[in-house]
Amino acid sequence: MRRSSFLALALIAAISAAAPVRADEAAPGCDVPAALLETGSALPKVEAAVKAGGPLSILVVGSRSSTIGADDSSAYPARLQVALRDKLSQVGVNVSVEIQATKTAEEVAGGLVKLLEGKKPTLVIWQTGTVDAMRAIDPDDFRSAVDGGVGALQNAGADVVLMNPQYSPRTETMISVPPYLDNLRAVAQQRDIPLFDRFAIMHQWNDQGDFDLFSAHHGLELARRVHDCLGRALSAFVIAAAHLGPTQQN
Amino acid sequence: MTSIADQVAGSIVAAATETAPARTGAISLPAVGGRELRLDLFRGLALWLIYIDHLPPSLLTWFTIRNYGFSDATEIFIFISGYTAAFVYGRAMLEQGFLVAAARILRRAWQIYVAHVFLFTIFLAEISYVATSFENPLYTEEMGIMDFLKQPDVTIVQALLLRFRPVNMDVLPLYIVLMLALPLILALMRWKPDVTLALSALLYAVTWEFDLYFSSYPNGQWAFNPLAWQLLFVFGAWCALGGAKRMSHILSSRVTLWICVVYLVAAFYVTLTWYVPQMSHWLPRRVEQWMYPIDKTDLDVLRFAHFLALAAITVRLVPRDWPALKSPWLKPLILCGSHSLEIFCLGVFLAFAGHFILAEGGGGAALHALVTLCGILIMWGVAWLISWYKRVADKSAAKKGAGNADLAGGG
Repeated sequence: MRRSSFLALALIAAISAAAPVRADEAAPGCDVPAALLETGSALPKVEAAVKAGGPLSILVVGSRSSTIGADDSSAYPARLQVALRDKLSQVGVNVSVEIQATKTAEEVAGGLVKLLEGKKPTLVIWQTGTVDAMRAIDPDDFRSAVDGGVGALQNAGADVVLMNPQYSPRTETMISVPPYLDNLRAVAQQRDIPLFDRFAIMHQWNDQGDFDLFSAHHGLELARRVHDCLGRALSAFVIAAAHLGPTQQN
Repeated sequence: MTSIADQVAGSIVAAATETAPARTGAISLPAVGGRELRLDLFRGLALWLIYIDHLPPSLLTWFTIRNYGFSDATEIFIFISGYTAAFVYGRAMLEQGFLVAAARILRRAWQIYVAHVFLFTIFLAEISYVATSFENPLYTEEMGIMDFLKQPDVTIVQALLLRFRPVNMDVLPLYIVLMLALPLILALMRWKPDVTLALSALLYAVTWEFDLYFSSYPNGQWAFNPLAWQLLFVFGAWCALGGAKRMSHILSSRVTLWICVVYLVAAFYVTLTWYVPQMSHWLPRRVEQWMYPIDKTDLDVLRFAHFLALAAITVRLVPRDWPALKSPWLKPLILCGSHSLEIFCLGVFLAFAGHFILAEGGGGAALHALVTLCGILIMWGVAWLISWYKRVADKSAAKKGAGNADLAGGG
């Protein structure tokens, strides 16, 4: 279980405890340590699109953890759109979603380019790993599938952000997520693209007591709040990675 | 379950040395001077670390070695298991012949198998409970993992075949396969230890070259590929049967020491880049591409080398007669290490239980620390109890002359 990012948390938290930033001032109770919203990699196409005045078209490709049942408007992609439109009001921001439920990274990767054809997004946010972890796909195969998929997206002219699985404490004894976290991190490092560390961020929220993710019984309300916070954190992450200073924001 | 591999010390061994040298043939048996406490110490340490690593991460997780380099407690555990197994059964093979030794080894493998199935039962009980009591729209997708409960017939049979293994239950199946291979390994070692080690390395290389693996259910492969991990086990056996002695001049050389130190520091730096991504910019891309992925399933060479470096430095820093080995502070570790199978199983169980308590209790940091601490205390307590029982049982057996636990169907 090397490189498991949730171990990383303690260190990252310790380093950055001094300077926690809010994902958004308006959303109380979901601080994200600055280190988790920083990335060494850039999003040049997003930056160019925004600086040229838009429009900014984003495609989220994900599995069922990118949704909350049928409630599209409160899942994180919709919340991302709200947050980005709020921050980049001069630019037309449009977020669309392609849910590939129960498909492994390999199955999704094969169809990625086709997904792009109609939409020509500037940025693709690819959330993956959960299905592979549940089916215990060989981590090496997973890694090469993700790598291939990212390559195809880049060739098609899009910036790419990878997003890893959720932090799900209740299923930790059943699903071994760490190898997939590690491999996503490795692909992101090698391809020099940003990785949105959803796992570490949710873990952080759980540790801080913002959300009790351990709890067995929760209605839709918790899921909505978590997704809202994820959407905000993701918007802050994209803006930081695209080097959009206050001049582009309002 | 008496752990045969743990009875390294004591009268059996001491008596055996006197008769052994005449028949050693190719293998030279290690000098016996009481129990090798260092083995127990580090195996005990490995057991504690494995337990901590199996719990959800907390501050304590930062004390486990996998955060400071490539290898982790599993390497220590498998190496020492190979070492002690060869030590005990190698001797048995010399004294009692191949058949008897093989039978004893198979009995040991059977015990491990039973332990594994027992743990699986506990696991099944736990997740069945979780599955029926868990409703959270946030995790609809993750709960799909419970689908295997819908076909218990297939799942349970696959588990008995060691093909279906829940998370954290990968080490015992590996251990079982290695024990099954041990008679062959020892027989070869008796003939030519170096050739055996070379064959083992060859199998390791072939495994990497042709991507051989043990398949698992419903898909994928064993998390620890026995065809690769056997190298560590056989290397342990080789060291026990005289290899360590022959390597002693290499181990004591300054050059070795420096190579090891440099490698460990480099590995530490690389691990840091996993946790502080900003640092990865100082890691040359070419090195990165050559190095990743560092494969745990197939015991990556980098991991193996890391373990070797750690071991070389440890052997240097901790001599056989290190006074601290007698200190009461290390006693709990040594006790746990000397009953490894029992304590290992207990650790897996405690990790399940710990997850469960954290899930039910809300999982705060304080509760987390308490669970970890209690787990370790329980491991210590049980190890102490086993030792006590063994001492008492041995004493009364000696008094009565016979009174073997095996007669009563125990053992």
